Amino acid sequence: MEKVFSHPKSLRNVSTHYCAGCGHGIAHRLIAEIVDELGIRERVIGVAPVGCAVIAYDYWDFDCSEAAHGRALAVATGIKRVRPQNIVFTYQGDGDLAAIGTNETIHAANRGENVTVIFINNAVYGMTGGQMAPTTLLGQKTTTTPLGREIKLHGYPLKISEMLALLPAVKYIERVSLHSPPEIIKAKEAIKLAFQNQIDNIGFSLVEILSPCPTYWDMPPKKALDWIKEVMMKEFPIGRIK
Amino acid sequence: MSKKILMTGNEAIAEGAIQAGCRFYAGYPITPQNELPAYMAKRMPEVEGVFIQAESELGAINMVFGASAAGARAMTSSSSPGMSLKQEGISYIAGAELPAVIVNVMRGGPGLGNIWPAQSDYFQATRSGGHGDYHSIVLAPSCVQEAYELMFLAFDLADKYRTPAIILGDGMLGQMMEPIRLSAEHRTPNTEHRKKWTLTGCKGRSPNIVKSFYMVEGDLEKFNLTLQRKYKTIQQKEERFESLFLDDARIILVAYGSMARIAKSVVNNLRKKGKKVGLVRPITLWPFPQKAFTYNLSPKTYYLVIEMSYGQMLEDVKLTINGKAKVEFLGRAGGGIPTEEDIMNKIKRISV
Ligand SMILES: Cc1ncc(C[n+]2csc(CCOP(=O)(O)OP(=O)(O)O)c2C)c(N)n1
Ligand code: SF4
Ligand SMILES: [Mg+2]
Repeated sequence: MEKVFSHPKSLRNVSTHYCAGCGHGIAHRLIAEIVDELGIRERVIGVAPVGCAVIAYDYWDFDCSEAAHGRALAVATGIKRVRPQNIVFTYQGDGDLAAIGTNETIHAANRGENVTVIFINNAVYGMTGGQMAPTTLLGQKTTTTPLGREIKLHGYPLKISEMLALLPAVKYIERVSLHSPPEIIKAKEAIKLAFQNQIDNIGFSLVEILSPCPTYWDMPPKKALDWIKEVMMKEFPIGRIK
Repeated sequence: MSKKILMTGNEAIAEGAIQAGCRFYAGYPITPQNELPAYMAKRMPEVEGVFIQAESELGAINMVFGASAAGARAMTSSSSPGMSLKQEGISYIAGAELPAVIVNVMRGGPGLGNIWPAQSDYFQATRSGGHGDYHSIVLAPSCVQEAYELMFLAFDLADKYRTPAIILGDGMLGQMMEPIRLSAEHRTPNTEHRKKWTLTGCKGRSPNIVKSFYMVEGDLEKFNLTLQRKYKTIQQKEERFESLFLDDARIILVAYGSMARIAKSVVNNLRKKGKKVGLVRPITLWPFPQKAFTYNLSPKTYYLVIEMSYGQMLEDVKLTINGKAKVEFLGRAGGGIPTEEDIMNKIKRISV
């Protein structure tokens, strides 16, 4: 009989520390499946962020590096330039990629580093306890916006993917969502393309993933998925950006 | 014998690095070390190495983190304000036990200070600099030839102990031109041991992880104790210094880097006049060369510490001598450099 489903080789058989209903675990698994399917487990080097996914290297079963908060794309640049034959990707939260690491992000993109970026937009800082992120929605309550995000005080949700799309060296950007199985399948296709682009030497590719954080959205997991679809996607429309 | 060529300190450091097998450089422009990245930009492509002008010192040091994790001999350079930005990355490099070489061509501070030579970043270099209980190995060249030579040692020690090594120079050394001999020993750097832990893809082995994060209770303390043992070994084995006339010296000048050249010239002049003066020139600032301070320890001996700062190495000298001899200090910073005359005057005051 043909085997059609199994535990990805690139994912260790351990339980994760993520909250119930968190999107990080799904995104980790998609990456592991893709690494297996592309046959690159022995070539891939992941760069983990500082954020809830800080120990992603305990879940993936391939070579990985840590990076200081926000510096993943500088670290990835160093790795990829030294070992262009390897497949290098970063996995970063919104605080990591679009606040403290904005400079590293924009310049790695502008140099056209041939790396793959997986960007987890959960509209909050998960790891530090639910503070405002650059991507927090207007009106969204967080511990540092107790009355909701306000334009006057906090500015608008930052659309870093759209900003990066303006750079000529950026080759592929897509925003996907984890709110339903069909969307998860589309997310996987986008991530796969972002890896394939690197294999084909096409250049900087980024996939932004709208990902639930039921804990700091203060919602049960099912409601968090609906919130992505009904609220978050209005501000962050999914689809190909570049 | 290879012929002598004329080079600035900054260029000699860059060429030394290349000869020592450095194949990755990332940096951000800042005076007075700009000749160094310019040299690297030209030279790296010739040896199939990587040169990147980074978006900031934060970017540069973290690129070095990645390049080192991927197995290259990697370095960055900067001057004082830029070094402050690199501290985050140096702490992570120490914590992840990565080798890396970081050059600081010091200028005046604090703040933007000015671009004149200074030695005011001694504390930053020899203490942790960034957060956490760590040390970088710190080497202080005092002439262009030595700046070139010490690059070999810096990369070797960084590799051997898997730790950051800092070259602590100053604007005078960086800008000064001197004829030097490129040893061109054609050394092939031994990077064999790196293969065990570097990130190359997990072909034929279990995955490698480069990290400084220890979440499980007790693990970080265990790791810190490992680091401390490593630092103890470095202290036991890697002290280096140059000395002059210690056997009978009554006044011993202590200076490093460019400052030591001026001190040395004073010592040689006074010796010609029969004065019992001597010199200690630390080459490793961390580990601080304690063995250099075991001579003539008596209340009648003076150690005169001379720095282009207001007394930073002074603290290490005092800690080392621990009251067993007298310690005096002469220092200027922010544009001023203690001159031979200043030193002579100070010695006159001490000896009466
Ligand atoms: C230099 C530095 N500043 C602050 C922190 C604290 N910190 C850790 S994770 C984080 C934000 C994480 O948010 P995000 O990147 O969105 O990841 P998430 O946890 O939401 O997945 C912050 C501020 C840190 N580790 N280092
Ligand atoms: S805090 Fe949010 S992002 Fe972090 S693990 Fe929990 S649900 Fe996931
Ligand atoms: Mg987040």
